[in-house]
Amino acid sequence: MFKHFIWLEWKSFFRSASFGSNLAMKIIMGLVALYFLACFAILGVTVFFILKKEGLEPLATINKFMIYYFVFDLVIRYFMQKMPVMNIRPLLTLPIKKGTIVHFSLGKTALSFFNWTHALFFIPFTVVLLMNGYGYQAILWNIAMFSLVYFNNFINVLINNKNAVFYSVLAVFVGLALTQYYKIFDITTYTQPFFQGMYSTNYLFLLPIILLVLSYYFSFQFFKNRLNLDEGLAKKSEVAQTENYTWLEQFGTLGTFLKNDIRLLRRNKRSKTTLIMSFVFIFYGLLFFTGSVDAYNNPAMKVFAGIFVSGGFLFTFGQFIPSWDSAYYQLLMSQNIPYKEYIKSKWWLMVIGTAISTIIASFYLYFGLHTYLIIVVAAIFNIGVNSHLVMLAGAFVKTPIDLTTSKQAFGDKQAFNVKTLLISLPKMLVPMALYAAGYYLFSPNIGLLFVALAGVIGFMFRDFMFSKIEKIYKSEKYATIAAYKQKN
Amino acid sequence: MIQVHNLSKTYNNGVKVLNVETLEIPKGQSFGLVGNNGAGKTTFFSLLLDLIQPSSGHITNNNVQVNTSEAWKPFTAAFIDESFLIGYLTAEEYFYFIGELRGQNKADVDALLAKHEEFFNGEILKSKKYLRDLSKGNMKKVGIIAALIGKPEVVILDEPFANLDPTTVNRLKKIIKELADDANTTVLVSSHDLAHTVEVCNRIVALNKGEIVKDIQTSPETLKELEAFFAV
Repeated sequence: MFKHFIWLEWKSFFRSASFGSNLAMKIIMGLVALYFLACFAILGVTVFFILKKEGLEPLATINKFMIYYFVFDLVIRYFMQKMPVMNIRPLLTLPIKKGTIVHFSLGKTALSFFNWTHALFFIPFTVVLLMNGYGYQAILWNIAMFSLVYFNNFINVLINNKNAVFYSVLAVFVGLALTQYYKIFDITTYTQPFFQGMYSTNYLFLLPIILLVLSYYFSFQFFKNRLNLDEGLAKKSEVAQTENYTWLEQFGTLGTFLKNDIRLLRRNKRSKTTLIMSFVFIFYGLLFFTGSVDAYNNPAMKVFAGIFVSGGFLFTFGQFIPSWDSAYYQLLMSQNIPYKEYIKSKWWLMVIGTAISTIIASFYLYFGLHTYLIIVVAAIFNIGVNSHLVMLAGAFVKTPIDLTTSKQAFGDKQAFNVKTLLISLPKMLVPMALYAAGYYLFSPNIGLLFVALAGVIGFMFRDFMFSKIEKIYKSEKYATIAAYKQKN
Repeated sequence: MIQVHNLSKTYNNGVKVLNVETLEIPKGQSFGLVGNNGAGKTTFFSLLLDLIQPSSGHITNNNVQVNTSEAWKPFTAAFIDESFLIGYLTAEEYFYFIGELRGQNKADVDALLAKHEEFFNGEILKSKKYLRDLSKGNMKKVGIIAALIGKPEVVILDEPFANLDPTTVNRLKKIIKELADDANTTVLVSSHDLAHTVEVCNRIVALNKGEIVKDIQTSPETLKELEAFFAV
């Protein structure tokens, strides 16, 4: 039976729409993936020596922070990891035992990216431990850590979509982290001995294994009891609200599209994820402006931060124009739609998003007016130049978007983030170079002026760019329709 | 109204799915397209809506060549399948959206909806559901009525009778007949159901493997003729 399942998975992987993109992209993505894997592995190897040099006992120090490591892992999983639920619907009426289906679905989660990446850190680290005379207990520790990784995996299955449970656990741990930071109460004094015990005793490592077995058992039961179309596999439907946004009607067709786009953003899981991500981007700048990372402490990198702080929404939303409308693209193409108004409405949405981000980012004034001005000129550059580039690139992205799932944003099959990264790089480099040129040749303020000026010049090309994008939409029309029809 | 010239569609694998040398649909006709699965019905409608590219030939809609100009869009409306619906809107929002694109104000749309209240059977308007959560049948009802917004001169409905309950099928027939009686509206309907098609259309074309195999004006004998043709 499992042979059939694996066959199905194999087909679904290699026949997915995104896999068919061109060979060059695949190779580049492969290289980028390799790079990240290497980074992890190097971290696993070197962290031991770094800690030792700092005069800390490496394993004990790692164990101290393990509790946060696993909580953080759970948070990431909760938001990103796909639940293998929907694709088992067609199997229900076939002569397969329910237990087998559940075992397979759960087993599939075990192979997820979110599990095996941990190996890249833990295995090199353990090898280094062994080579430094930590003895066979290091292996016990490693086994315990992996059991906990998988324990997290199944806990995530159990709490998936239970926001109340998840957010209360998260709140408790954020609270604990804060109390630790302000030295009021240190949870790690209690948890550190537990993790250390995996190494220092010969039996404590059995506990995570028992936890793992239990969590598997419970998620198995949980799934199996809900393997009905009206329970575990039910599509959740929410009570619809009607929003008219009548004030937008004064903008004519542009208003019609804007209205629809606002509803799109507010009512779909996928777009909500985008909104959350763009909000997180606003705080990305803290890494740069606080000077906490040395490598980021130079003028060009600050513009880099400014571009992301003000343009988080622009990038996360813009890269999938027109894919956001993929589900009903055929409708749009058979309606009397002025492309220009359509493009303009998306553009305005990005402008509004950038403006809101920039306003929220005003707390960066705390780091001085110049810092905030960097963000403002970056916003001008984003609106004037990057908004067009993002849409231009988006016109070629023919990946249909499933609005109803939030997990797709980092889905294992569609490495959107890597593609995005590749397309995004030039958009960062130009303003960075401009600012650095002004900064070093004249003065920091001239640097700001350069970036802002580039933005204004870019803005003057707006209508030209719009007609270019329109042409692409038209010439790619049939291919786009065909690609959007292919759903995952 | 609609002229087809040497139209053919061949896919990359060399399979010819549609090959229509010439076909003329005059204004005001109610045109029924019947055929088995894979006969080319949806392909024909997709070509008519310029959703796919013809391999050769072209279609003109009111003297507008559909794959080169977009001027046919203002007077043409269609419902092919659920991908014509916007899942995250409520039915009302969807109707108003389509209405605005077709230059209709809210009052115009409301008047049309009021007229078809019976067709919705109280399950669609003010149902507090997004379109993605409606049943297949109710989705179809929304799509069909949306295709009537703004009095389009050409209405294209692909398989409108499928997935509908018997009562709704009868109501839909009434609606299509009304459109058919209007000399300004050309209706194109495809179906697997010969009886329904014969009832609402005054001309029926049967497709088989992409070729036109029958082209008949509806008469009392039409149904028998068609049934004999499709009999095994």
